[in-house]
Parts: sequence; C-alpha cells; structure tokens
Amino acid sequence: MKLEMKDTPGQLVAALKPISDVGGNIIAVIHQRDEINDGDILSVQIVLEISEKKLPELIALIKGQGVNILRIGQERLLYKQTVILIGHLMHTDLGDTVDKIDCTGFAEVTELNIAMPAINQPSSAKIEIKSVNKTDMEKALDILRDVATQKNILIIEPLEEMS
Amino acid sequence: MKIAVLGMGAVGRGLLRMIDEKDLGITVTGIADSKSALIDKNGISAGELLAAKNERGYCGDKTISAMEVVTRADYDALVEVTPTNAMTGEPALTFIRAALSRGKHVVTSNKGPIAREFCSLKEMAREHGVQLRYEATVAGAIPVMHMLEHGLAGNKVQAVLGILNGTCNYILTRMAAEGLTYDQALMEAREMGYAEADPTYDVKGTDTAIKLVILSNTIWNGTAQLEDVSITGIDQLTTDALRLAEEQDHTIRLIAEAVPEKNILRVAPRIIPKSHPLVVEGSLNAITLETDMAGEITLIGKGAGSVETASALIGDLLFLSG
Ligand SMILES: NC(=O)c1ccc[n+]([C@@H]2O[C@H](COP(=O)([O-])OP(=O)(O)OC[C@H]3O[C@@H](n4cnc5c(N)ncnc54)[C@H](OP(=O)(O)O)[C@@H]3O)[C@@H](O)[C@H]2O)c1
Repeated sequence: MKLEMKDTPGQLVAALKPISDVGGNIIAVIHQRDEINDGDILSVQIVLEISEKKLPELIALIKGQGVNILRIGQERLLYKQTVILIGHLMHTDLGDTVDKIDCTGFAEVTELNIAMPAINQPSSAKIEIKSVNKTDMEKALDILRDVATQKNILIIEPLEEMS
Repeated sequence: MKIAVLGMGAVGRGLLRMIDEKDLGITVTGIADSKSALIDKNGISAGELLAAKNERGYCGDKTISAMEVVTRADYDALVEVTPTNAMTGEPALTFIRAALSRGKHVVTSNKGPIAREFCSLKEMAREHGVQLRYEATVAGAIPVMHMLEHGLAGNKVQAVLGILNGTCNYILTRMAAEGLTYDQALMEAREMGYAEADPTYDVKGTDTAIKLVILSNTIWNGTAQLEDVSITGIDQLTTDALRLAEEQDHTIRLIAEAVPEKNILRVAPRIIPKSHPLVVEGSLNAITLETDMAGEITLIGKGAGSVETASALIGDLLFLSG
C-alpha cells in the first residue's frame, strides 16, 4: 500500500505500529520524496503480508493515526516456485494436472512452458507455481506429487527456492 | 607401516604404484586378488607385484587364499579394496571383521560393508583398540572425512548436499552443454571410461545413495540404511528438461541431500542455479556442508580414479602411522 504522511518525527512509526498490532508482516518500507509534494509531506510505500480479513481493521487504524492512504495494491500470491515435469504430459491431461493446483484457491500455476517432443516420446514442461505463503506452496507441491505418482510423471524440484 | 592389501584392481594397483614410486614409508607384507595371494613379513616389492599381475593376470601363489592373508600375515593395517556389494557387503565384510578381531586397523574404499554394518564395525574396532577408516568410500580423492573429523571438529553439521557420482554428473553436463540425449551422453560416458558396462547402479542413483548413507551415518552417528533413502535416478531426464532449466540460468544435477532436522534423506535430480558452488562440470564431485560455526563449506575434486582413490587410502594410512 502507498501512504502519505507529514514528514515529522514519529509519523512513520505511527503508521507502521498498527501493522504489527493486527498481526501483519512488514516486508519492505520504501520512502519516496515526490517532487509535486511540498517539502513536509512524505510518501511511503509499504509492502506487507496480512490476512485479507484484517485489512479493513488495519486501514481504520492507520487512518486514525492521521495518515492518508493513497493506494492499496494487492498481490496475493507472493511465493513462487518453478518445477519441471517429465512424462506423457498430454496423454495424461496436463490441463487436469494444472487444475488440481488452481482449484485449491491458495496456489496457482502462473506460467507453463512445454517442449513438444517427437511422437510417443515423453514431453517436458516447466511450470511456475505461485502461492500465498511457504506452507501453501508445500501443500500445492504435495498435490502435484500425488498427481505425478498417479500419472507416472517425474517432477524435478528446485534445490532452493527460485525467484 | 606394514600393510596387507586385498584386491589388485584399479584402486589396488594405483595404491601399489604410489607405494613403488613415492617414499611413503609403507611396506606391503601381504597381498591377494581373487585367485592368488602372497605373504612375506620382510616385505614384497610393489613394483614386482604390479609386473607379475600385469604379465600373468594374478599376483601370487594360487594355493594361498585372501582369508589366509588376513589371518596370518604380519601387518599393522588391512587395506580392503575388493569389489563393492551394496546388498551384503561381502566378501569384504568377513575380511574386515577378521582383521579387526585380530586387532588390526582397517582402511577401505569399499562402500558395501561401511554402508551396511557401520555401527557394528565401529564398535568392533573400538573393542579391539584399532581404527576403521574409509575416506576413499565417498567422493574419491576429496578428504571429506578428515575435514569433518579435524577441520570442522566442534561444529554442528546441519545439512549435507553432494554430487557424489561422476558418471551421472558427466552425463548431465554433456546433455546441458551439447544438447545430447540421455542415451547419447551415456554412450559417450562409456567410451570415456566413466560408465560401467552396466550403468544401472550409477544412473538409478543407488551409488549416490550408498555414499549419502555413509556420509550421514558418519556425521550424525546414525543407523541409516540404503532403504531409508528416497531415490530418483537420472535415466528419465530429457534434453528438453535441461534446456528449460537453462532458460532461467539454472541446470539439473543429481543431488544427494541429508537434513536430519527435516527428516530428509534423498537422492534426486534437482533444478539448481548454475552459479551454485555445487554445480561442477564433467566427472567431478562436490560436497557442501552446512555448519553452525563455519557456515557453508564446499569441497570439490575428483570422485574416482585409480591414483585419486589411492590418495584417500594413503591419507588414512599415514594418519594411522601418525
Ligand atoms: N575405481 C574407483 O575409482 C573407485 C573409487 C572409489 C571406491 N572404489 C571402490 O574400491 C573397490 C575397488 O575398486 P576397483 O575399481 O579397484 O575394483 P576392480 O577393478 O573390480 O578390482 C577388484 C579387485 O578385487 C579382487 N577381488 C575380487 N574378489 C576378491 C576376493 N574374494 N578376494 C580377494 N580379492 C578379490 C579382484 O581380483 P582379480 O584381479 O583376480 O579379478 C580385483 O583385483 C571397490 O569396492 C570400489 O567400489 C573404486
């Protein structure tokens, strides 16, 4: 979210405090001194993690501190992982494999790159999965592992989280 | 120091050559291959043994058995370099037990007995006041056991990651670099002498898993067995998969991974950034240890080869002789 506040001591702390009060997690704080603003107004971008239910409460608290919220942008799926699948992906309905993750509501296949092999050869695909958090990613991968076992697909997982 | 050597294959011959060429202070008083043996408490010339083996195909007297060398020869340490049997550990297991119960040190490159009977062999060595050393069993020339025992003493090792099979790494490197298919790269590995006629044991991940068992039992004093490792080999990999990884500056390598806190003991092909220190080329091996004090340490080196493996055996022997 993007906030606007007076550039006076204590204002930033006043804006940040409610976030931890409602159980949010601050990921980054970015100061911007816009030229259009006159000197004593500071605009700040805050990247944070918070459950959607808590958002109205947070907005009220921040406004209560006399801080003006300019914009709230939402990127729900902050967590990203790429895996490669090898197998008879088309014959085993790749669409269905992707659906199994998309229908969870907490994770989504956001990119799919498939290499078409010669007929009857196994195909390879790279899929990017995004999820709300790390636990959800593990759940999504578990679903994928189950499907892969059933459909005889090999999953190559990253050694580390990829960005 | 006096040694008895069982096995005159690539590794045994590499060891004898180095004893012959270098002034290591090591004397051979017993030797055996599968068909013959020799015992001489005054020492046997390593050079002559190599020449005899080369000429006749066997090293000594066909009426003497390897077991007689173990039980009768006069030596300080037994060097056990016979073939690996991953299931039973035999015949090495019997030889090693016989030597330990005679109060002799044992130095080996044989993964079978160490992976199968680590605890009982360690205990047996302790009871008889001798040492069982096996630096050469994991990652050939890389002195990872010495590193763990001395350089990293006092550290808590949290995780170990490794590329422990040169054949697999060679195949994957060639598939990535030249766009070869798995079959083409395997054929090339065979021609280069990196892969056995029957490559199953390497490409299915079994060899890597055995080494992982040895490493993790050593580090965490565990009792893991080959069956506890979740294993996926590299034989299903496609050139396309490597290319897809490449698009994001990543590649695919067969990684052995042990993280006791997370109950992870697995061998599988993994997507890994090309800039990761574990990503080594060709038949090289690499091991990353994650420790509490030293942080991450990666060792890279030759994972096999006659003289390279002999280097690890000699390191163990000279450590014993102080
Ligand atoms: N090669 C490597 O780079 C490497 C690296 C690390 C560890 N290792 C391990 O080191 C060991 C030796 O490897 P290698 O490549 O030297 O194997 P190898 O070339 O197959 O040689 C095995 C040797 O053991 C002898 N042998 C077989 N059965 C025997 C028995 N019952 N009693 C006495 N001798 C017997 C064979 O005799 P004959 O000569 O009569 O056939 C041969 O000389 C294996 O356990 C291997 O896994 C090898």
